[in-house]
Amino acid sequence: MNLSVESVPYMLKNRGIAFKLIVLITLSSALVFLIILSYNYYASRRMIEKNVKENAKNLAFSTANRIETILRSVQKVTENMACYLENSSYNKKELLQFLKITVENNPEIYGSAITFEPYAFDKKLSAFAPYFYKENGKTRLKNLQDIFQHNYFISDWYQIPKELDRPVWSEPYFDEGAGNIMMATYSVPFHKDVNGNRQFMGVVTADVSLEWLREMILSIKILKTGYAFLISKNGTVITHYNKELIMNETIFSVAERRGDALLREIGRKMIRGESGFVPFRSIVRGRPCWMYYTPVPSSGWAIGVIYPKDELTEDIIHLNRTVIFLGIAGILLLSVAVILNTRSITRQLIEMSEAAERIGAGDLDIELPPVKSGDEVGKLTAAFHYMKTSLKEYIRQLTETTAAKERIESELKIASEIQMGILPKKFPPFPDRTEFDIFATIKPAKEIGGDFYDFFFIDQNLLCFVIADVSGKGIPAALFMAVTRTFIKAIATPGIAPGELLTKVNEELCIGNDSNMFVTIFCGILDTKTGEILYTNAGHNPPLIIQKGKQIIWLEGERNIFVGAMEQVNYKTYRIVLNPGDVLFMYTDGITEAMNENEEQFTNERLEKDLIALQDKPIQEIVDRIMEKVVSFAHGVSQSDDITMMVMEFKGSDYKEE
Amino acid sequence: MFNFMIFPCLGENLKKVTFIPQWSPQAQFAGYYVAYEKGIYKKYGIDLNILKGGPDSSSVEFLEKGKADFATMWLSTAIQKRSKGVKLINIGQIIQRSALILVAKKSTGIHKPEDINGKKVGLWGDEFQIQPNAFFKKYDLKVKVIPQSFSVNLFLRDGVDVASAMWYNEYHTIINSGINPEELITFFFYDHGLNFPEDGIYALENNFKKDPSLSCAFVKASIEGWQYAFAHPDEALDIVLKYMTIAKIPANRAHQKWMLEKTKDLISPQDNKTFIGILLKADFLRVAKELKENGFIKEIPEFESFCRECSVHAEK
Repeated sequence: MNLSVESVPYMLKNRGIAFKLIVLITLSSALVFLIILSYNYYASRRMIEKNVKENAKNLAFSTANRIETILRSVQKVTENMACYLENSSYNKKELLQFLKITVENNPEIYGSAITFEPYAFDKKLSAFAPYFYKENGKTRLKNLQDIFQHNYFISDWYQIPKELDRPVWSEPYFDEGAGNIMMATYSVPFHKDVNGNRQFMGVVTADVSLEWLREMILSIKILKTGYAFLISKNGTVITHYNKELIMNETIFSVAERRGDALLREIGRKMIRGESGFVPFRSIVRGRPCWMYYTPVPSSGWAIGVIYPKDELTEDIIHLNRTVIFLGIAGILLLSVAVILNTRSITRQLIEMSEAAERIGAGDLDIELPPVKSGDEVGKLTAAFHYMKTSLKEYIRQLTETTAAKERIESELKIASEIQMGILPKKFPPFPDRTEFDIFATIKPAKEIGGDFYDFFFIDQNLLCFVIADVSGKGIPAALFMAVTRTFIKAIATPGIAPGELLTKVNEELCIGNDSNMFVTIFCGILDTKTGEILYTNAGHNPPLIIQKGKQIIWLEGERNIFVGAMEQVNYKTYRIVLNPGDVLFMYTDGITEAMNENEEQFTNERLEKDLIALQDKPIQEIVDRIMEKVVSFAHGVSQSDDITMMVMEFKGSDYKEE
Repeated sequence: MFNFMIFPCLGENLKKVTFIPQWSPQAQFAGYYVAYEKGIYKKYGIDLNILKGGPDSSSVEFLEKGKADFATMWLSTAIQKRSKGVKLINIGQIIQRSALILVAKKSTGIHKPEDINGKKVGLWGDEFQIQPNAFFKKYDLKVKVIPQSFSVNLFLRDGVDVASAMWYNEYHTIINSGINPEELITFFFYDHGLNFPEDGIYALENNFKKDPSLSCAFVKASIEGWQYAFAHPDEALDIVLKYMTIAKIPANRAHQKWMLEKTKDLISPQDNKTFIGILLKADFLRVAKELKENGFIKEIPEFESFCRECSVHAEK
């Protein structure tokens, strides 16, 4: 099956109303539903993301603040120590006592050291760095100069504050000596005034365990699997639920491994101390998340709180699933309702269309569906009922009228047949007369017309011939024609000229001619011995003379007025002599005014032309050919007037049949 | 297992040998660990024991005291030792290009060598200072030298303007601490006529003389290990990371990957005309000359006695 693009609407076009309605309503309601659903999803996501941003921001800030508070307390203690060292004089014993007490009195400090530049504490000591730390509830002393082989000066915790001349937090590190716990060291440089010059003396440090930090960050649970993590100033992962990352990876090495330039950029912003809310792919599994990051200002670390996107939208997706289910169920219900409703409508429509078919087939007695409602279908049904009754009544009347009309028509037909029957139909009419030959034909139009022709001998040698066309059509014309013909026959007596004949006929016809009917007549009397023709033309189409071996000429002469139109008309008689072989061609306007489909007439010119081609042909053939020409000219256009032709050939008195 | 099947009868004939790289396990030594793991040493008839190098175990000392049969060290270190009478010889020069560089942040206004004048420069000790000092002399720079530890934090915190870095190591650490390459300017000593080939394989001369083919088999196997590592970087990284984990060293795959890639460039530079493992006399003389001029050595050792062309012996 070839389903071209054009065939789809075509398919729909031929489907039932119920189908179309279901398709239309289901599709449009599904579309509306989808639009609403998408908007709802989008809007609620936006809302959630906005809330999440606030939430994440608060969480990140509060966590950063808690860290900051603890770090600051350590900073305070350490800075106070530096301040004491800068502003007091002390001997070794006092110094150690001071350091020990400080470590003991500050539970958040794991260990603390006062480290000196070479010979700064004692001119004999190239390195002096006492360090007190807690172990098993006791405070112990270690000499860092021994541990670092007199070269702690290039350690980060010493060198960086020295070179920067300001306190710094170290990068977090694992301290093997303290049981492999994560530590960070706060180092404060201290100085001494030597002859007005501020001279660098050494660095005071305080070590803090970051175990509490790890616990604090790990205890943050967001949604189902969201979490918080902390990176150092270098981007090194300090806390993360995945232990393998801690101190092994930086946010940048993760970005490098993943080829994630965006993550690197986020990492750079984090270590620059910026805050922000960004889409983020989680470090371990690369899940799409939202992250809020904010710095821990004193140490330059950064905290990130991570909200997995799918968990954020889980509830909406859940809700949307339910809404989709409800929507589909609703649309299905709607379809069922549409089906039921349209069924009741279409059932009536189908019944009516069947009834209409049967009515069309003529069965007017069928039972129409009853009018059930006042809606459009009900109105249509009522109209059908009315139509059926009206049709029935109309057909009854029509049957009566038709019967009457048919009776009249058949009577008319009979009259017409009688009418035609009185015209001479037998050819040759006078088989024993060889001096002339005559042939006539009449092709009646559908409606009875008033054409007629006639010929008869007045005496032994005089042949009277007539061709006529009564005005109008139908019964009046037929009757008028019969009357005219009767008068002509009655009045044509030996010795009368055609003019006189028609004058008399006119007088007779004018009597009581209230209907103002008239007739055109061409009437001639042929002397069969000489070929002389006396004739008169009462408004009839002029005949033609086909001269033997010569040309065709129109038999001109005064056309006079029609017969029956006006009283006291004196018709003149004309004379012409035919030579043996000459043919007289008479016709009615049914020939020249025959119309084709372009409403063109056959015309005299065409008739003359055709006759030229038929010169010297037998007269019957001339008539047949001209009839053919006229019929083919009309080209199927129905004949509106009788077509009548009469042709007479004079052969001469001494003509003998061979 | 693989090698056991191919050389089932060699097991008893393997010669026991110890080797120490000059630092703890990392991709800088990938070739040796890979050759070991893939049984390449066994293929060459060597039953190898790789010792853990690092800050507490000097490879030079191990070699000198006979605790190791083979060791890697820098060419400059080896020349100094040789000139001080330690009879060690170079049997294979692995790293042809100097990976030591100076690095600075462009934000400090340093774009060319001359810009370093007057700046604080972090330098490591001993032979790590030879090239920088020659560089400063070449460009007539007066700098304030700050001793540099093995961390780059001082540089990251702007405690120094210029830092020493190994291209395959510290440079990448800096990148992975959030500074972008385009924010940095690097000075490769190679580009300034101061190329010092670095890691080479060394043995004591006496040991070599006893069994030259053993030494050369070791070198050949090591080179084959390197070639295998370069052809199979992921597998090589797995091996290196395994040894780092065993040595309890923080292992970062991205970092080791970088290190392996850069080591490859240093071992077989793209424009290099020599073969892997060959020490060029010109390189030797350049290093020795700088050492002498900087007072690290008094006499330049004879190249021919310092270096053995091992490819000759290994065929045996």
